[in-house]
Amino acid sequence: MLLLGIDIGSTTAKAVLRRGDEVLYQKYERHFSCVREKTVELLNEVYAIVGNEPVLTAISGSAGLGLAQAAGLPFVQEVFATAEVVKVKEPDTSCVIELGGEDAKIIFFDGSIDERMNGSCAGGTGAFIDQMATLLNISVDELDELSLDAERIYPIASRCGVFAKTDIQPLLNQGARKADVAASIYQAVVNQTIAGLAQGRKIKGKVLFLGGPLFYCVGLRERFKQTLKLSDENAVFPEYGRYAVAYGASIYAEKSGKSEAVGELVERIINSRQKIVTANLLEPLFTDEESYREFTNRHAKATAPNSDISEYIGKAYLGIDCGSTTTKLVLLSEDDSILYSFYASNEGNPVEIVRGQLNKIYELCGDKIVISGSAVTGYGEELIRHAFSVDYGLVETIAHYTAAKHFEPQVDFILDIGGQDIKCFKIKNGAIDSIMLNEACSSGCGSFLETFAKAMGHTIEDFAKKGLNAKAPVNLGSRCTVFMNSSVKQSQKDGACVEDISAGLSISVVKNAIYKVIRASSAKELGENIVVQGGTFYNDAVLRAFERELGYNVIRPSIAGLMGAYGAALYSKKCVSSSIISADALESFIHTARSAVCQGCTNHCHLTVNKFGDGKQFISGNQCEKGAGIKLDSEPLPNLHAFKRDYLLNLPKNQNGKRGIRIGLPLALGMYELLPLWHGIFDALGFDVELSGMSSRRLYEKGQFSIPSDTACYPAKIMHGHIASLIKSGVDAVFYPCLTYNIDEKASDNHYNCPVVAYYSELLNGNVEELSKCKFLYPYLNVNNSRQLAKEMYDCLKEHFADITYKEVKQAVKKGMNDYNSYMSAVRKEGERALKFARENSKRIMILAGRPYHIDAEIGHGIDKLATSLGFVVVSEDSVCHLSESQRVRVLNQWTYHARLYRAARFASENKDVQLVQLVSFGCGVDAITTDEVREILESNGKYYTQIKIDEITNLGAVKIRLRSLIGALDEREGLL
Amino acid sequence: MSDKKLPYIQFTKEMKKDYTILMPTMLSRHFKLIERVLRNRGYNAHLLDNVGPEVIETGLKYVHNDTCYPAILVIGQFISALQSGRYDVNKTALVYFQTGGGCRASNYIFLLRKALERAGFSNIPVISLSFSGIEKHPGLKFGVSLIRRLFNAIIYGDMLLTLVNQCKPYEINKGDSERLAEELTEKLADGLETEGLSFKKVKKNCQMMLDRFAEIPVNKTPKIRVGVVGEIYVKYSPLGNNNLEQFLVDEGAEVVMPGLIDFFLYSFVSMITDYTLYGMKWLNHAIAKVAYKYISSQQNKIIELMRNDGRFEAATPISHTISLIEEYMGIGTKMGEGWLLPAEMLELNDKGVHNIICTQPFGCLPNHICGKGMMKPLKDRNPEMNIVAIDYDAGATKVNQENRIKLMLANARENLEAQNNKQPLKEREFAKTT
Repeated sequence: MLLLGIDIGSTTAKAVLRRGDEVLYQKYERHFSCVREKTVELLNEVYAIVGNEPVLTAISGSAGLGLAQAAGLPFVQEVFATAEVVKVKEPDTSCVIELGGEDAKIIFFDGSIDERMNGSCAGGTGAFIDQMATLLNISVDELDELSLDAERIYPIASRCGVFAKTDIQPLLNQGARKADVAASIYQAVVNQTIAGLAQGRKIKGKVLFLGGPLFYCVGLRERFKQTLKLSDENAVFPEYGRYAVAYGASIYAEKSGKSEAVGELVERIINSRQKIVTANLLEPLFTDEESYREFTNRHAKATAPNSDISEYIGKAYLGIDCGSTTTKLVLLSEDDSILYSFYASNEGNPVEIVRGQLNKIYELCGDKIVISGSAVTGYGEELIRHAFSVDYGLVETIAHYTAAKHFEPQVDFILDIGGQDIKCFKIKNGAIDSIMLNEACSSGCGSFLETFAKAMGHTIEDFAKKGLNAKAPVNLGSRCTVFMNSSVKQSQKDGACVEDISAGLSISVVKNAIYKVIRASSAKELGENIVVQGGTFYNDAVLRAFERELGYNVIRPSIAGLMGAYGAALYSKKCVSSSIISADALESFIHTARSAVCQGCTNHCHLTVNKFGDGKQFISGNQCEKGAGIKLDSEPLPNLHAFKRDYLLNLPKNQNGKRGIRIGLPLALGMYELLPLWHGIFDALGFDVELSGMSSRRLYEKGQFSIPSDTACYPAKIMHGHIASLIKSGVDAVFYPCLTYNIDEKASDNHYNCPVVAYYSELLNGNVEELSKCKFLYPYLNVNNSRQLAKEMYDCLKEHFADITYKEVKQAVKKGMNDYNSYMSAVRKEGERALKFARENSKRIMILAGRPYHIDAEIGHGIDKLATSLGFVVVSEDSVCHLSESQRVRVLNQWTYHARLYRAARFASENKDVQLVQLVSFGCGVDAITTDEVREILESNGKYYTQIKIDEITNLGAVKIRLRSLIGALDEREGLL
Repeated sequence: MSDKKLPYIQFTKEMKKDYTILMPTMLSRHFKLIERVLRNRGYNAHLLDNVGPEVIETGLKYVHNDTCYPAILVIGQFISALQSGRYDVNKTALVYFQTGGGCRASNYIFLLRKALERAGFSNIPVISLSFSGIEKHPGLKFGVSLIRRLFNAIIYGDMLLTLVNQCKPYEINKGDSERLAEELTEKLADGLETEGLSFKKVKKNCQMMLDRFAEIPVNKTPKIRVGVVGEIYVKYSPLGNNNLEQFLVDEGAEVVMPGLIDFFLYSFVSMITDYTLYGMKWLNHAIAKVAYKYISSQQNKIIELMRNDGRFEAATPISHTISLIEEYMGIGTKMGEGWLLPAEMLELNDKGVHNIICTQPFGCLPNHICGKGMMKPLKDRNPEMNIVAIDYDAGATKVNQENRIKLMLANARENLEAQNNKQPLKEREFAKTT
């Protein structure tokens, strides 16, 4: 009997035709979303081989599900199909790792079969690699080749494509080697597979690697082998790897398939086309030609004047916007008309692009035009500024506002959607009133549309045009790109065409901007004179979708994508004579980049050292001044985060561990708050207290294989590393209690911990196998009542340590409580000192507010140090909240940490020289509630609200822009600009 | 802090006369019965039935998008109903059921009020029904007689849920079970007011339900049984879980869902542990203890009734469920669904339902611990368990969810086959009589 298995995944279609063990036909091809057409194409090829002989057929794959249903064919789930193949072909396999277009799967065969798929928030797959290759502007093959030449691996966030991009982009902009980046991308995929899929189960024995990416990407295989420490015999990459699921489907077909001729099959699939689901469709962007014409005519009016450079003589001003994915240049004449402009992808090497452009500009200028001023803005600002001696570097927000104001003096709202970020500014009384930037997770922006267009086989321009003609755009939701990927998949299954998907994506980008970034519920909240800009708004479909969603018209300057550079050029007009690199010097310009690890402190930042021909160098990747090789001549500014870290890491040991029992305290989550208490108790009881110390990326990786829920927050996930490191150090016991209630500071309705802080030890107990090597103590405790606490501690400890007496514990608890109180009062005292220092030295004060664990070096990514280097005195929320009354909020104020946050916000509102920046961990559900409240408290008092979302991402580029935007806005408001 | 309490609009006695009270959808039969209890008492209660994309869109517009999906849905449902023009917004109140405690779900009521304000409905009173901090609404007082009637409504609701789930996949005439459930809902609703509060009557009604459902002609072919547990809203609400129950029935599975009563009992246990673990809130603990004892004894009576009857599978007594989980985690884990979630998985496994879907809103905090966090220890010690965790969210797609469920079902089918090959087909317990 002939057996046919068809596997239609998210990006490719695979087919296997066989008679017994003999494979007659196999094929692997991208389907560019044309699922039905591609299937029919494959079937026709099968028909050419078998003619009218009946075939048993089964379908598999995520995009095959809908097709199988519509055509009434047997369907087998793809992971199940894979397991079928393995049982037949490699029965001694202990583990299968299969990477597909958008799914990643792992199957364990040791003992009971255990199959897992990536959750909905995990993109470390084939599509992810594609996306990254696009970002580097190379093909996947080239990426693979490059990766083999890597010298080092950078840490790249692996959870999802958007995160990784945020890490990779700045690396590229700072001049990191592409080969290293390529290998790091692969490593991120490997880490994601281990952290996201294995979830505590060890990958060992004979491992079979299946799926397209693992077949094609040699470098990826290498990374898997190295990371999992597999021998050649145990790492199996079979020839049929790409077809495994299709092969599995053919096995399934043998059991449950329906026998029929291929011709009939084709007919059925073609006929099933009518069953298109019409649910969840949106209104078309344009109903008729007329409205389209009105639209284009209206927008044609907002143009910037151009002059012919060959006819111009005199001074000129150069603006450079070195963005995350594109580089833009504008050369302005004295009367503000554009002499020359440039907009292109920076191809992962912005320095080279700018060099080439400068050359061209000098050529065009000849002797008749003199560049009298220059300014640079954007992600690559510092690098470009150093490389070419540009006069000014300015933060993007100021550049964009300068440009928008030039176009529409009355502008009160600017929305900029660029390649990677969305920025919005509200303008009030001629100054930036509030700034909103997209969070790392929701950047459904320009490069996202572009990647999609490419994946579907179109250029972005072509793709956008198609969207304008869509008859029924699909509703794709407004969440992150990973979700959009699967929404697109679903709509393809429902039979949506490219036009409808293009329009749907544009609408999603717009909704994302309005509802997620701006958080507006009605258009009125935005403003009256809205200027939209950024390269993404060249896309008419996005522009139209935006106007439709708002319900009224906006201004899109003809130079929407050049606004940053335009603004920079305008800004540079205040320059008298320019220091920019001369034409001669440009001739001999050389740029080399080298990677290094900073040895300045235990942080060990990954640095990129850029050297330029004239002996100048520029270092990036550093979190503080030390890394940049700058010697500090004065005392560093007060920094409460640093103060708290120092205090906690140097708690005095009084009893010298006379009991001879080593107890480990993991310095993560709630331990950051109550460490003095627990340390005091155990020290007084004569335990030898061992602290796991500050977190690091490496520490995180040590524990990542036992994380069961990869969407939990980073501060929780890093706990696994702390536990692993304590166990490795051979402690006798680990202590992390369950605390439903936190310290009651009498400033809120209740004093809960969040569920994760409260009960994480239950999760640890169930998932960290190594904990069985020692005692794990996680009693449920009440920290608000010394007597109760002593009783509970005693009940717990006597179980494990028979010689402990109640009296001892009671005294120890008293000591611990004292230690905790001394700590808190030291923090408050230092807070007051910092405020006093700032006021005496006229420094700006920043409350870098979050949770106690945000002071951690890895979780907080050294943002506190960055803030001091930008001239802020940094205080923490718990060091100043006592200076303000409790704050009334519109939500239930029931968590201890958040009550502090609200009070700190109130304190900031009451003090002119105090700013609040809120650190929010990605995935923190509770902060979905607090952020809106804190923002409201601040904004209703005329303060700026700055939120920084943090996760695994280590690069501070985006954070720096945020903080500098804040400084720029403050300067402007205070008339310093 | 008392002066810092937020003001809210009370539901006054005058409002009782001519206000419409809107209720969100979660469990259709339970809530229909509750609606009737309120109507019988002179409230113009109205159970919302608006579903579809505009509910989600509206929710996303007025609620922070990172908030839990249930909040987005319920608030979206309320606001889109208010905006629909079907109700006189000057004569409408909302009633909202929510849990208290350290989970952010305790904030739903405040998020709803904020959303109402943004949508221009700040004059609309919101009555919250919660375990923590019940607000004062003179127009709607929860006296003993009302509470006990609501309790009876939930008992009936649970019974209908159980019986429909056990009959629907096997019924010979499609739609029999749903039709009967609808008929009985009507009948029981009337009785809730007129029949008084005698528990004997409740038991009699339960017996009647058993008899009526046993009359439905069924085909006894064994089917895979799939348990559904998870966050309470997405677990029960078809709007929240993309019609999961129907999907499973269409896939040829029998759905097993623990009842709502367990959640109440869980909430009382949580109040008790505040005292037993931390020495806090003695009074609450004392009250909760009485309530727990009363409700669990009633639950046990119904279980006994079903067991004696023998035609359908009864629920598991809460005391047994608790004893199952205590080997894995402390019952002090009380935020969200807390220990109840893994306990229900064990309860299902204990009665032979090894295939389990754990439903959760994307990013649900307690679920990190009690859902995904407990799967490994549970599976380690019960290798027969076949669990899949499914995230629900405004952006998550059905195709992804169904693909993962299908994997679980494929394994379930294989296990069922293997089992059938091992031992001859044993007649299913509940279908003995037909």
